[in-house]
Formats: sequence, C-alpha cells, structure tokens
Amino acid sequence: MPIVQHIGKPAVPTVREGQEVTRGQRIAEPDGFVSVAMHAPVSGTVRRIGPVPSILGQMVTGIWIQPFAGSTQEVMDGPPCDPETASADEILRAIQLAGVVGLGGAGFPTHAKLKIPDGKHCDTLLINGAECEPYLTTDHRVMLEHAEDVMTGIRYLRTLTGAERIVIAVEANKQDAAESLRKAVPPGLGIEVQVLQVKYPQGAEKMLTTALLGREVPSGGLPIDVGCVCTNVATTAEIGQLLPLGRGIQERVITIGGPGVRKKGNYRITIGTPLRFVLDTVGMEDDVTRVFLGGPMMGQAVSSLDIPITKGTTGIIAFTERETGRVAKVREYPCIRCGSCLEACPIFLNPSQLGLLARNGRYEEMANGYHLLDCFECGSCTYVCPSHIPLVQHFRVAKKQVRKLQAKAVP
Amino acid sequence: MTTAIGDPQRRTLVIRSSPHIVSGASVDTIMFHVVVALLPISAFAIYAFGLTALTTLGAAIVACVVAEALLNRVAGNSGTLGDWSAVVTGLLYGLTLPPGLPLWMVAVGGFLAIGVGKFLFGGLGYNPFNPALVGRAMLQAAFPVAMTTWLPALTAGRFARLPSSALALPFCEPTYDVLTGPTPLSAWKFDHVAEAASDLALGYVSGSTGETCAVLILLGGVYLALRRMMSWRIPVAILATVALLSAVLHAIEPARYASAPFMLLSGGLMLGAVFMATDMVSSPMTHPGAIVYGVVIGALVVVIRTWGGMPEGVMYAILLGNALTPLIDQQIRPRTYGHAHRQRKAGGA
Repeated sequence: MPIVQHIGKPAVPTVREGQEVTRGQRIAEPDGFVSVAMHAPVSGTVRRIGPVPSILGQMVTGIWIQPFAGSTQEVMDGPPCDPETASADEILRAIQLAGVVGLGGAGFPTHAKLKIPDGKHCDTLLINGAECEPYLTTDHRVMLEHAEDVMTGIRYLRTLTGAERIVIAVEANKQDAAESLRKAVPPGLGIEVQVLQVKYPQGAEKMLTTALLGREVPSGGLPIDVGCVCTNVATTAEIGQLLPLGRGIQERVITIGGPGVRKKGNYRITIGTPLRFVLDTVGMEDDVTRVFLGGPMMGQAVSSLDIPITKGTTGIIAFTERETGRVAKVREYPCIRCGSCLEACPIFLNPSQLGLLARNGRYEEMANGYHLLDCFECGSCTYVCPSHIPLVQHFRVAKKQVRKLQAKAVP
Repeated sequence: MTTAIGDPQRRTLVIRSSPHIVSGASVDTIMFHVVVALLPISAFAIYAFGLTALTTLGAAIVACVVAEALLNRVAGNSGTLGDWSAVVTGLLYGLTLPPGLPLWMVAVGGFLAIGVGKFLFGGLGYNPFNPALVGRAMLQAAFPVAMTTWLPALTAGRFARLPSSALALPFCEPTYDVLTGPTPLSAWKFDHVAEAASDLALGYVSGSTGETCAVLILLGGVYLALRRMMSWRIPVAILATVALLSAVLHAIEPARYASAPFMLLSGGLMLGAVFMATDMVSSPMTHPGAIVYGVVIGALVVVIRTWGGMPEGVMYAILLGNALTPLIDQQIRPRTYGHAHRQRKAGGA
C-alpha cells in the first residue's frame, strides 16, 4: 500500500525497506515546523520506499506497505495528551506528531495554522461545519456521529488559541447536525452553534469569517489577522479523537458519490488505500468516464485509479458519460458581458475582464489591476457563465504564470 | 483542455480542470427568453396596426437573420446563427420602426443593424452599441420623413390590406393611402396636447410598431428580471430618473412641461428602458454601474424630449449611454474582498 504525504515540507521516512511495521507506528517524522508525522495505516512489511503515483500525475516519494494477511491490525498508540492539563506547546507538538492536517481538503498542517503568531491575538475560534462543496457530506456525518469528539477537540483548541468565543458554523440544510452538536456542548463551555444560509463557497475560511463575524480578512492575510482561527469540524473531531489516545491519523471519512457509483455514502477509509480498491468495493458503473477527488466545484480529476487516498481526500466522485458529455459538448461563446460572474464571485472580482486579459496573455495586468491573486479558484464564475468560458481555468494558468514571473523578479 | 489517458486495466478516464458541473445557463437560452418576453408585445402590435406590423416585424427578423448568416460566412466565424441573438436584434429593431415604413427600408436597416452594429465590431459580445438601435438610427438619418410618418392604431381595414407605403419600391417616395397623424409625443411637443395616460398605458395610440403598449412591455421586463436574465436596475433607474425630472419640471410650469405619467408612458421610453438599454453587451456589468448608466439615460431622455429639436429622444439617449459604458465599467469596479476602498489603481485598458 502506497502512502503519499505532500503537505508543506515532506516528512522524513524513519523505516527501512523490508522492515515490519505495526498499525499506528510512526513511519515518518516531520521535517521542520510546516510538516507533520506519518503513521503506518496497517500492520505489514515495508516493501519499498520510492515513487508512487499522485493526483497531480507526477510520481512522488512514498512508502509502500504490504499488509500482513490475517493480521488483527491492532493499533499501536503513543503517549496520550490530556486536554485539561496539557500546555499549549504540548498540544501543538501532539497535533503535529499525530499527523493532523486540515481535513477540509487543503491539507495544511493543522498545528501550523493553530500557532498564533507573535503579536496577534485570537478572540474567536470558528469551527467550520459548512461543507466545503456540494455533494460532500463528510462534515455532516462527523457532526452527527462524532459530536463528542468535536467537543473534546475544541477543548484542546481553546487552550491553544486562548479564544474567548467559540462558534460552530452549520449550514441550514443540516439542522440535525446543529441539534446533535447543541446536545453535545458540555455545560459551562460556552460554545455557540450558529446556523448559516446554505451557500457555496461558504466553507472557505475567509468567507466563513465574514459570514459569521462580519470581519473581512485583508487580501493576502489569514483569519488570524482579524482575530480568529478557523478549523474544519472534521479536523477538530480528529484531534479530539486522536490526542487522548496518543494516536496518529490512519483513516478519514470520505464521501463516495456521483452517478457512477453504486453504493454511495460516507465511508471511513484507511489512508493509503488505492482508489481502485475503494471503487471496486463500492461498485462502479461501466460507463464511468471521470473520477475526481474532492467536490464537483474544485475537485481534481484523476488520471489513474492507482493513486492512494490521502489525508486531504474529502470525496471521491465518479461521473458517467452522461454528466461529462454535457459539460464537454457545450460550445464556448464570446463573453456577452451579462455580469453573472461578477454576481457569482464571492470575493468580488471581475472574472469577465480577467478572462479577456487572460485570453490575451496579459497576466501581470490581471494581478496588478484586477486582484488576480486573490482568486481562490472556487469555480463559481465558470459554473454560472452562459457563454461557457472556462474562466477559473484561465485564472489557474494565469496565477501560475504570475507566480513564476514574480519568482523571477526576486532572485 | 480535455485529455484522455488510458487506464490500462479498464477504462478511459477523462481529465479536466474543475468545476465538473455547470449551471446550464447559456447564451441561447437567454436570447430565447428575450424573444418569449417580446412575443406578447409583438402580438399586440399586430392587433393594433394590423398586417403592416406583421410584415414589418417579419422583414426585420428576416433581414437580420440573413445578414447574420452571410456575415458569419464572410467573417469565418464558427457561427452565432443558432443562438437567437439575430432574432432578438431583428425583433427589437422591427418593434422600434413606424408601422407602414416601406419594407425595403426595413430590410436595409436590418442589414445595417447586424452589419454595422454588430459584425463590424467583431460580432456577438463585442458591439459597443445596441445593434437594433444602430440600425434604426441610420434609417432615421437616411429617411427622416418616412421614419416620422405615423399610422394611427386600430384603423378599420388594418387586417385587410397593407398600406401602400409599405410596398413602395426602393428609392421611390412612399405614398400614404391612409390617414397619418402625430404620435402623442409630437402632439405634445408641437401642439401641447396630452393623450390620456390610460390610453398610453394600454397602447391605443399611434407610435412605433411595438412601443405603444406600456403594460405588456413591463410584463415582459418582469418576466426576464424574474428569470435573472435582465438587469432590473437599469430600467428602474431610467424610469425613476425620467419620472423625477419630469415631475419637477411639470411642477414648475405645467403648461410647458409634460407630466411624469405622460413622459413615462409615451413614445419609446418603456421599450427602450426595458429591452434596449438592458442589452447586456452594451451596458455596464456592475450593479452600481448599471444605476449610473440608467440615470444618465433617463436624464438624457428628458433633456432631448424637452429641449431638443425632436419630440423623441430615447434612441439617442440609449446610444449615448452605450458609449459611456466602457468608461463606467472602467471607473466603477467591484471592490474585491480584502481590499480597502483606496485601491483604484489604473489597470490599463
């Protein structure tokens, strides 16, 4: 079984080829601060440390583990971390060693995000239960089934951030989740559960900060710049589950869906499982033409089913000829300046104008005059465009080019 | 953008950049619904003016669609014929023409609308001015008499035969075999006679083919606005500005300045505000921009009608508004999330 870890600086493997590992054993150590540990997801033998396929299409370094047949797969735990007595630094270290990254999909090391920079103050802790994309329902299930863990996680996070106010955000179509969380709030902890309008892309942390607190995160900044820290509800639950046991991440909840999947649902899947195995298990229709990881708005299409599930995999969606054909067949029209994209853009860019500039390769102008780099690629503009202009796709290319130019400018 | 990579064991997976779903909105559905919104207006025009309305609208649409087809071929475009946009232009253009206008003039104007108004600038999406109005403006300049000779509405024999003027040969002076008369606006301008507001609202007056029935035009506008296929801010801003300015003027000197209801309901204002000024391509993209644009057009309408040499000014007001659109979009930009108001750095263009 391959394992890939590519969040910040890669972790350094601490096992050799041929070594036997136990489930839960740490097999790679973090390298520097923006890096996290990795744990063996199964008990087995390390077959090889070398290139494994990744979602980007390139091979990346990974550790292949061959599971023992018939093993009990008992988990090896580390030293536990008590939410009541542990210090902030102990918790940070514990989160890093547990290998926790943002489970909302970005895969940024959680402890790095939770470390309040000097001179900044966090007054509010936001727990993000607003699903990041349509189709995905992992956060929903976590809130329903692991509300207790969310609360435990919040205890740790409160110690870390020193936040006075804690808000859990849930979208209005998940009243049951809000109920479940409200019931689980321990007395005296003062955790609010707020119900928000259902809206994409509200799960993006800047959007959530504004929706809940009315605070606008400055361009290029983070929510901490306006005094809050935002973590995904699944990440919080994971912390609440792992830290008391001293355990590392081995599995995560993933939505498997789309018209191409037979047994749709949310599954708890071991990290490192190849996509092919997962899809074979749930059953796939014969005419599946596209599989992507994440949601339909920002998810990445995969070129091969051999890539493994990673910590950042929020969903696996399979589309058949019918869905993909509809998108592929539409013809691109000139922009008719209808303004739909301006209305759709959550951060008030002018995608229409940016699209024209992109088409002419005027990338620097896009960045300097039209705030290109603020775009977080939610895809809303492409979704609404009646002329079927691949706006967000243009912006991805443009952003890459601009970054390249900027890197060249500062040698 | 789309690449197929073989999955050796089973199937071909298509890789494509996200998003993987789209809303289903498309240019042709928008254009189609504009046509739908114009249908009741066209039906009323045929009821009010008879056969001549039918032939005018028909000739206008045919001219525009034929021009579109020809020019598509000349320009080597992949073709924007199937998207209804030429039909929309043709229908709108036809609705602004006086009934009884010689059909050959209708056809010439239709060609000019598509040719000069649209294709000269690069086709769909690139026209700075509303093509229908470009066509009409050129006719107005070329044939000022024919363009301001008005047939009365609801005449007895209107379904039996065409007025002789409609069938005039090209480059011959059209002769009118029916009574012609002033529109409510020219009656006010030159004789200071105001038509009753109820007649104006319901369209029992003389005027351009499709501009007379304010109620149906508003209904069509509401239909499009509810489908979010039209910026409601533009007509609201135009009509509010016209109402306000004319009410003030009327209060100052009622005998000289027409009342607000008369100004709102007469002439081409309704049709222009709801269907012409809202042409997406030639109007501003931002909400505040749309309001500025509407106010400018509204003010121009009042100025031209009140102090200009012509009784009607909607067409020129909208064309001038179109001309201001790039400036408005340049100056009024959405404030990007996370950026303070200070930033209005020149981005070029």
